[in-house]
Amino acid sequence: MSGAGPSTSGSVHRGDPVLVDRYTVGARMNHWVTATSLVLLALSGLSLFHPSLFFLSSLFGGGSWTRVIHPWIGLVLFVGFLGLFLRFWKLNLWNRDDRKWLLSPRAILTGHEETLPEIGTYNAGQKLVFWQMSLLIIVLIVSGIAMWDEYFGSYFSITQKRVAVLVHAVAAIGAICVWIVHIYAAIWVRGTISAMTRGQVTGGWAWRHHRKWLRNLVTKH
Amino acid sequence: MYPPLPNPSVSPVAAKLSDKNLMRRSASTIPQGEPVQQVAKLIDTSKCIGCKACQTACLEWNNLKEEVGFNTGSLTNPHDLTTASWTLMRFTEWVNPETDNLEWLIRKDGCMHCADPGCLKACPAPGAIVQYTNGIVDFVKENCIGCGYCVKGCPFNIPRISKAEGKAYKCTLCSDRVAVGQGPACAKACPTQAIVFGPKEDMKKHAEARIKDLKSRGYKNAGLYDPPGVGGTHVMYVLHHADKPEIYAGLPNNPTISPLVEVWKGAVKYAGLAVMGAAAAIGVVHHLVNGPNRVSREEEEAAKRLAEGETK
Ligand code: HEM
Ligand code: SF4
Ligand code: SF4
Repeated sequence: MSGAGPSTSGSVHRGDPVLVDRYTVGARMNHWVTATSLVLLALSGLSLFHPSLFFLSSLFGGGSWTRVIHPWIGLVLFVGFLGLFLRFWKLNLWNRDDRKWLLSPRAILTGHEETLPEIGTYNAGQKLVFWQMSLLIIVLIVSGIAMWDEYFGSYFSITQKRVAVLVHAVAAIGAICVWIVHIYAAIWVRGTISAMTRGQVTGGWAWRHHRKWLRNLVTKH
Repeated sequence: MYPPLPNPSVSPVAAKLSDKNLMRRSASTIPQGEPVQQVAKLIDTSKCIGCKACQTACLEWNNLKEEVGFNTGSLTNPHDLTTASWTLMRFTEWVNPETDNLEWLIRKDGCMHCADPGCLKACPAPGAIVQYTNGIVDFVKENCIGCGYCVKGCPFNIPRISKAEGKAYKCTLCSDRVAVGQGPACAKACPTQAIVFGPKEDMKKHAEARIKDLKSRGYKNAGLYDPPGVGGTHVMYVLHHADKPEIYAGLPNNPTISPLVEVWKGAVKYAGLAVMGAAAAIGVVHHLVNGPNRVSREEEEAAKRLAEGETK
């Protein structure tokens, strides 16, 4: 046992409260680039989606600029998300506990986590957000390119473009809903946001929500 | 013969068509504008000699310059509508299976000025496409954002987007000339009166007489092309073979706004806004009911014990 005062053992830092490293600087930068582009895409896309939201195009310097810039931000999003995907896909693989966890929606939604199985780095809800976003972003980039007349207009027929624009709009709604769930979860579950700002969470947060992950970190060092 | 268009008066005339006469405006809800007489252009394919005077008159009046093209063995030149060629004579050599005769079909392609315009339905930019109460569908350049949605909305594949300018172009039915009591430049230039212009009802009557004449000459399927699927059009054709419009360089048989476009611009818009709104609202309600999901003091203590190796 070490003496008094905070000391570090791997990614678990003793102190009051205990602090646990969750995301590296690289992962956080990667996340925020992706997050920013997703928000900008949602705003610019929605301005074209419905007349009542057209005013949002003034954020981007008017309708023409919105139309020009949106697909480019889409490329940034795609590259950014690809980075996140490569970092985290393994941790998001489905396992038996995820099924069990999901089967108690009442306990999850009322915050009674003591009745749920202990969870590793990600719970089933987070994994679903991850996989749904992955799928939707693939759909969005493929359909988005088919709608990007400026560069790809001559490669697609009008019927293909009609399908693309419909699929893109539906997938965008889906992505925005998944995003709402993601943001809401980060706000509702207090103590989560610091994971992506300072890269750390408190030991209590890890104990409450991701106990298996915490146990692994403690035994690893 | 339908009376030819009068020569323009040289004294200035006040425009009779303005924003007061709009019946539809893209991405906007507007009150019904003051009515003006419904107009139409009637193109009689049986009288057209393919001289392209109309095509030239269009370039001339609208001050457009087409690029010098190349020959691919067809008189259709340029090979497609472009941002400068808002109208195009399309030539088809068709062998009539009944008579074994080669028929030379010539159709003046361009915007049909649909009563239910798919371009306008698809357009996301307020006021970039307008429809006047006389039936003319016009693009308003200042409001256009160049997104190309009108191309996807149009059942006739008409609008063209200029890459240089990022704006959409198509036939205006010479709305500027019609506003001062003139007819379209193409109709004015046509030497055989294959193109005539006037009130839509008159055009239909004129077409009837033409169709009767064609029928008496053995074109038993002669007829008027005023497709009901788009509510009728303000550019109509007299066809010798109205039973198969597609032989005229792919003129659609019974065109309608694509169901894909209807769903995209209909159900998806309302359902989309509702679903996103509901997702956000559920979040707010959930938070109000359950309160925040907070870590307790005991949990911090438990983590501390774990970190210090006191528990396993
Ligand atoms: C991933 C790459 C993406 C590409 C290449 C792309 C491309 C496009 C293009 C070309 C358009 C047509 C307007 C324009 O020309 O700017 C468009 C519209 C739109 N985009 Fe994207 N986009 C992408 C991602 C996204 C994302 C992530 C969202 C939402 C979160 C989104 C939401 C929308 C919406 C709502 C529209 C309007 C659809 C409509 O008018 O109904 N896009 N996109
Ligand atoms: S290109 Fe212009 S006219 Fe066509 S849909 Fe877009 S904003 Fe409307
Ligand atoms: S033909 Fe196409 S561009 Fe012309 S009014 Fe109809 S939908 Fe619009």
